Amino acid sequence: MSHDVEARTRSKHEYEYARKRANQGMRNQVTVFAIMIFLTFIAFAAVQAGMSAYLVAPLILLFAAVQVALQLYYFMHWSEKGHGMAQFFMYSAAFIAFTMILAFVTIIWW
Amino acid sequence: MDLNKKFTPQSWPAHPENSTLEGKNKTLGFWIFLGGETVLFATLFATFLALKNKGPAGMEFSTQSLFELPLAFIMTMLLLTSSLTSVYAMYHMKNYNFKAMQAWLIVTVLLGLGFLGLEIYEFYHYVHLGFTFTQSAFGSSFYTLVGTHGLHVIIGLAWFILLMLRNSKRGLNLYNAPKYYLASLYWHFIDVVWVFIFTVVYLMGVLG
Amino acid sequence: MSSTAKKKGFGATIWDYLTTVDHKKIAILYLIAGTFFFVVGGIEAMLIRIQLAKPDNDFVSAGLFNEIITMHGTTMIFLAAMPLLFAFMNAAVPLQIGARDVAFPFLNSLGFWLFLFGGIFLNLSWFLGGAPDAGWTSYASLSLASPGHGIDFYALGLQISGAGTLIAGINFLVTIINMRAPGMTYMRMPLFTWTTFVASALILFAFPPLTVGLFFMIFDRMFDANFFDHINGGNTVIWEHLFWIFGHPEVYILVLPAFGLFSEIFATFARKRLFGYSSMVFATILIGFLGFMVWAHHMFTVGLGPTANAIFAVATMAIAVPTGMKVFNWLLTIWGGNIKVTTPMLYALGFIPSFVAGGVTGVMQASAPLDYQLHDSYFIVAHFHYVIVGGIVLALFASAHYYWPLMFNQMLNETLGKITFVFFFIGFHCTFFVQHFLGLMGMPRRVFTFMGGQGWDQFNLISTVGAFLMAIGVILLVVNVIITAIKNEPAGRDPWKDGRTLEWAIPQPVPYYNFKQTPLVRGLDTFWIEKMEGNKEGMTYAEPISDIHMPNNSFIPFMISLGLFVAAFGALYHQDTDKTWSIPVLIIGLAITFASMITRSLKDDLGYHIHKEELMNEKGGKH
Repeated sequence: MSHDVEARTRSKHEYEYARKRANQGMRNQVTVFAIMIFLTFIAFAAVQAGMSAYLVAPLILLFAAVQVALQLYYFMHWSEKGHGMAQFFMYSAAFIAFTMILAFVTIIWW
Repeated sequence: MDLNKKFTPQSWPAHPENSTLEGKNKTLGFWIFLGGETVLFATLFATFLALKNKGPAGMEFSTQSLFELPLAFIMTMLLLTSSLTSVYAMYHMKNYNFKAMQAWLIVTVLLGLGFLGLEIYEFYHYVHLGFTFTQSAFGSSFYTLVGTHGLHVIIGLAWFILLMLRNSKRGLNLYNAPKYYLASLYWHFIDVVWVFIFTVVYLMGVLG
Repeated sequence: MSSTAKKKGFGATIWDYLTTVDHKKIAILYLIAGTFFFVVGGIEAMLIRIQLAKPDNDFVSAGLFNEIITMHGTTMIFLAAMPLLFAFMNAAVPLQIGARDVAFPFLNSLGFWLFLFGGIFLNLSWFLGGAPDAGWTSYASLSLASPGHGIDFYALGLQISGAGTLIAGINFLVTIINMRAPGMTYMRMPLFTWTTFVASALILFAFPPLTVGLFFMIFDRMFDANFFDHINGGNTVIWEHLFWIFGHPEVYILVLPAFGLFSEIFATFARKRLFGYSSMVFATILIGFLGFMVWAHHMFTVGLGPTANAIFAVATMAIAVPTGMKVFNWLLTIWGGNIKVTTPMLYALGFIPSFVAGGVTGVMQASAPLDYQLHDSYFIVAHFHYVIVGGIVLALFASAHYYWPLMFNQMLNETLGKITFVFFFIGFHCTFFVQHFLGLMGMPRRVFTFMGGQGWDQFNLISTVGAFLMAIGVILLVVNVIITAIKNEPAGRDPWKDGRTLEWAIPQPVPYYNFKQTPLVRGLDTFWIEKMEGNKEGMTYAEPISDIHMPNNSFIPFMISLGLFVAAFGALYHQDTDKTWSIPVLIIGLAITFASMITRSLKDDLGYHIHKEELMNEKGGKH
């Protein structure tokens, strides 16, 4: 458990390969961003269009969930290795958050 | 750890945020902290949902009468874009390109400032209408939820700015790379919270 | 810092402790502060029992009584039980997993100072116009109506110390995940480490709701917000939810480490591997999970509706299953073991029946219809004291004896320890057992006096006598500590002779860098394995001797906490129009905090190295 820096110089090929992967990854990030903008746009448009709340509310909540998942898995790198513990704690937090919000909208009624 | 060690893009580790024990600990600790923050915001959301549109008898304010979607849309776009620009900044951080990273962070900060300006305008507008923090339970819970998010934006901006100023002369090393990385994680988390705010507070508020 | 032994002056020692980032010294700080608050809370308990010793007593007034019960509960939970558990966590956990320190030594120190300043702030209320008086739960309608500044002290003090607790929790999580020695897999971690891990996760998720609830309280009381004020649309039940979403996991935050401590003690003194280790781990995690699903059982009588009550009742009863698993595992650990009845073991043996009694009354209250009868009666008081004293305080006393040689390289006197146990244990049952009957007879809790001739007089007197027996027990423990300190006989390594885990493998006194070489863990109860194989050193090493990286001491945590402490006074007196100094004080306090934080971020703190040569020359743990 040494505090030494775990770094070594990469070979030229390794480096070039890594750069290529990173470029590819960055292109994916931009795609993800486009999807997020699109979902946001649809969500606002659906509300503005004045459709039935019973249809729109679940839809925009779903969009929000998808957006957040994209943000976490791509922008915050969960799709890469070594994020098991981060995911464990965030999912636990999300579960507790869900329970709490469910309770507050169902059993606080006066 | 030697701060003066010079790197080239080739010798710079692929995951600079995780290549020292300190960096590993910080990254994990910060994720765990974000778990706590998630519960904190959930509490604020839950309270807002319980107190939404509740006020003194005959209160004229409601989510439907107050909120304006165009403003919320612009704010959302600003924050979403700033999230992408901070991804670009981290991309350049991993490529050991300090100048490009700082440049993208400046863009991020500018977008964040734009968001903050609009939020202040929005609050000012509501207060002007008479919808204040002390006016009703609705007001208290709205300003606390959205205001706490705004406070996070301020902290995130201050964090970026201080990091950029502190390191402007000395560039990237393995001591400050995790700090940049965590600041950008924080910024993404702020965006995650905002996604729920614009959906649950504004869009569902307008839906009624 | 030199590693050669030097006799330090008194001032230098104080300065060393004010700036330390060493988990072993922070453990001692937690132990001292926690004991101080334990004594304060204990004195408050004695005042309560004296007042209730006879009917129509006027030893204290009704208002003062309310302040005493509030401060007794708050002090014991937040400022005594948790810090004392943190003391043992800090002392043992890094050593148990083979780490040189916790993941964030600086934050470890910050957590302690925040807790201490928050605790002092809360207790200063006694001298500054009256303590909080709305019960430790501080239900909103009552606390909003409470005059004076008592509740403000409560809200701000807990806010500061709560931040410290959250920091400590995150620190332990990262430490246990990232800092384990090679070979220390999750399923080889000692049970105290496991319970610390789960309790820290509970801290992480339970404290934010408390933080938010306290902020709502502060906003409502000091800044005219309307969260709990029904006239402006607020809802007082929200406080109850927030408080218990925090408050119920809090119970498990306290009791899980206590379970862990007892698991260590049982295995050590039964000289047997812990029975059902993996089921113990599973039960710990399950209790942690269910702990978040049951908060509304504190609110059955609020009127949440039959569906909600039924769901929470069933969830609550489910917790009895993993807890029962633990009890049976402990029993089967003892069964067939080569038992040595030392003082810690005596406490552990006393713990099982006491805690089971508390658990069973808990299941009784989980039944919502019965809870309507028991609610707000002395039955509840009896129940939670059986759980907290019978579970946690017994664990703290047991571990004080058990870990004393690890923390101070001295053994507490065994005979005196056993006498302490007898007084404390008999006193405890004497105090609280009869309170079950008082509750069933209809005596409500939180009353400052009662009318004679209702059949309550005798039982209340017995209860008070019991409280005095407990007080004698505590005094004997203090005497024991003083005698041991004066005798000052080094206990040496593995003083119990039966240590099983890594913390006992280390030479005494523990070197400030803990492990000269990082150990290689070869199984559960790694020290035991090495001993059985005749390894005199007690450890197999994973690395050759090499330079050790150490963190620098820092005074900044103290200053950050001090700044918040000062700022809290400004915030508190802000509502009094005649106190114009409040805003400047608030600003000065925050300025101290922010200046300290900026100093911390601008000054690179890279630590220092202990060089290989120095380590080679060194025999044991001198500092």
